[in-house]
Amino acid sequence: MKVTLFIPCFVDLFYPQVGAAMVRILEKLGHQVVCPEGPACCGQPAFNTGYWDESREVAIKMLEALNEAEVVVIASGSCGAMLKVFYPELFAGTPYEAQARELAPKCYEFSAFLVNKLGVTDLGARFPHKVTFHDGCHGLRELKNKRPPRELLARVQGLELIEMGEAETCCGFGGTFSAKFPMISTAMGEVKCASALDTGAEYIVSCDSSCLMHLQGLIDRQRKPLKAIHLAEILCPP
Amino acid sequence: MNTPAVQFKQDASRLSADVRHRRIIQTAMGNYEKARDQRKADFQNWEGARQLAADTKWEAIAHLDRHIEQFVQNLEARGTKVHWASTAQQARDAVLAILRDKQAKVIVKSKAMTSEEIHLNEAIEQDGYEVVESDLGEFIVQLREEPPYHIVFPAMHLTRDEIKDVFQRKLHDAPSSDPEELTMVARRVLREKYLEADVGITGANFAIAETGMLSITENEGNARLTAALPRTMITLVGIEKVLPRLEDLALFLPMLSAMGTGQTLTCYNTLYGGPRQPGEPDGPEEYHVVLLDNQRTALLADPEQRDSLRCIRCGACLNVCPIFRNVGGHTYGTTYCGPIGAVITPNLRGLDEWKHLSYASSLCGACTETCPVKINLHHHLLQNRRNSTRYKPSWWQKLAFKAFAPIANKPGLWSLVTRLGRFGQKFHGLVRGGRLDPAYAWTKTRDLPPIARQSFREWWRTRA
Repeated sequence: MKVTLFIPCFVDLFYPQVGAAMVRILEKLGHQVVCPEGPACCGQPAFNTGYWDESREVAIKMLEALNEAEVVVIASGSCGAMLKVFYPELFAGTPYEAQARELAPKCYEFSAFLVNKLGVTDLGARFPHKVTFHDGCHGLRELKNKRPPRELLARVQGLELIEMGEAETCCGFGGTFSAKFPMISTAMGEVKCASALDTGAEYIVSCDSSCLMHLQGLIDRQRKPLKAIHLAEILCPP
Repeated sequence: MNTPAVQFKQDASRLSADVRHRRIIQTAMGNYEKARDQRKADFQNWEGARQLAADTKWEAIAHLDRHIEQFVQNLEARGTKVHWASTAQQARDAVLAILRDKQAKVIVKSKAMTSEEIHLNEAIEQDGYEVVESDLGEFIVQLREEPPYHIVFPAMHLTRDEIKDVFQRKLHDAPSSDPEELTMVARRVLREKYLEADVGITGANFAIAETGMLSITENEGNARLTAALPRTMITLVGIEKVLPRLEDLALFLPMLSAMGTGQTLTCYNTLYGGPRQPGEPDGPEEYHVVLLDNQRTALLADPEQRDSLRCIRCGACLNVCPIFRNVGGHTYGTTYCGPIGAVITPNLRGLDEWKHLSYASSLCGACTETCPVKINLHHHLLQNRRNSTRYKPSWWQKLAFKAFAPIANKPGLWSLVTRLGRFGQKFHGLVRGGRLDPAYAWTKTRDLPPIARQSFREWWRTRA
């Protein structure tokens, strides 16, 4: 299958290894991977801040770039939700509405693509550590993506998944929210980290690098014995 | 005086760092969640019940004109006097006119968020009457001279010692901090007030169009005493509380208690249909119902957000909201807090002054997921944000997003900005975490990862 992989801006800049792991996994499974050069962003920051006109300037480019795609895999639950759920709302009543609606069913978050579309759960990975899983809100509630990442983790050799009490509670990132209300965002992250630490896990795993950037930032500042890691990095070690 | 936005930011920053407050709320909400989940499991088909509740409320709201008229006709047929209030001022005036007419001195009141919304207690006290809250939680916050902290649990932020302190200070009677003993103190005080009171004021949970009845659900029996003992009863109710049929309560009463408090049913569920009828031994001699609009019809006119009028004020969205759980109810600075408050307050009280509530959300969607009447809460927050930028954009944000678009769209520019960022971050260490740091909002409490030596797109180009 020809898979169009969209690597969002912050993964591109801060976590290129996550994107590279996805490319390797998809190629190992025998698929042809293409990564459009532009645009680098789905337009979510402007959309969430209320600037829908400015968001559309980026999102239109995205629609054009993905127009011919057979399937689109998105390296983030949040950006995935933007393309799949929010584009139809963003473009409602515009000439691009039909195109946005056509794109939606072709979009998959990475773990959902592996499990739901390809039916793959065992990638032969090994990761002998205790981990806990953080459900990114957009992946969980907009994309209903509770099961796929857990099915993938269950097949990783040596890995022990311990669910935390606050698995489904927001980590506090929330895009521009994290800078507009940093103290609330930080408090939410602290609640999350405390819940993860309670499990005794060494790693907090997620399908969203944005949540992980926020959590790792807190963990490093507060010197907690915990590491944030993206699911793809576990499934395909460098 | 601070604007609501400045006040919110200050209080939110203070309370979200308050670990003691955080622990009190998290513990209470953890207990609530366990009970709520058990009650939800009692339903044969919870999702089906939600859909039915949403549809029923939708029907009630879509034909609000008809339902309200039917409701009023039925009430008036049994001798209830109905007052229509378009604004908070009109509702206050209607209540005060009744108090003057009855030459009232003491008024007892059961819990009513609509009365908080129109600041009824302040108006009553300003006119020289004494008004006493009879719900235990409301009684406590009234003694502390603060508004309710939560729309269902008004005093949930207080420890038993804090309650003992305020009883000691205001009632000079607090034998210990034992909850049962404190409750007995409140009961002694309140029983006297019920006997003294000339007028009882209540809110209502549902207004039944078919029969012209008001449904009040409670746990302490205080609303019953408030309604039954004084000679005059007043019920203040928002027009969106209407339900078409009596049988709708068979769904809404258990649903409200399951989501509100985690109970199968609240202890007392009463229907009030009018003043004492000939041959009846008890009930108020006069019954007044004040119907409150106060911008609800403006919300009804908004096709995107009119579903927020389906709200049954169960408080479930507050309970699951990580923002509410960290900043608490008082921080919102308005009657309706939590997600539903962040959705409706900008619509009821003015977008420009209250839009910050819609921005103070990570858009996690836990509220929408839990709402028993399926209000699309977090999407409405996005719509409020969009509406506020149309109405009054922040020029620097607009400029920033305008400038960002070509950078994101043109690979050459993106690659240039990537390299510039990588160069710039070499100097970040000089200001990192300080006030001069352009990323201070982030770096004050969190580390920022460096831009990678080779970005994904740079790596991808090397493979081609």
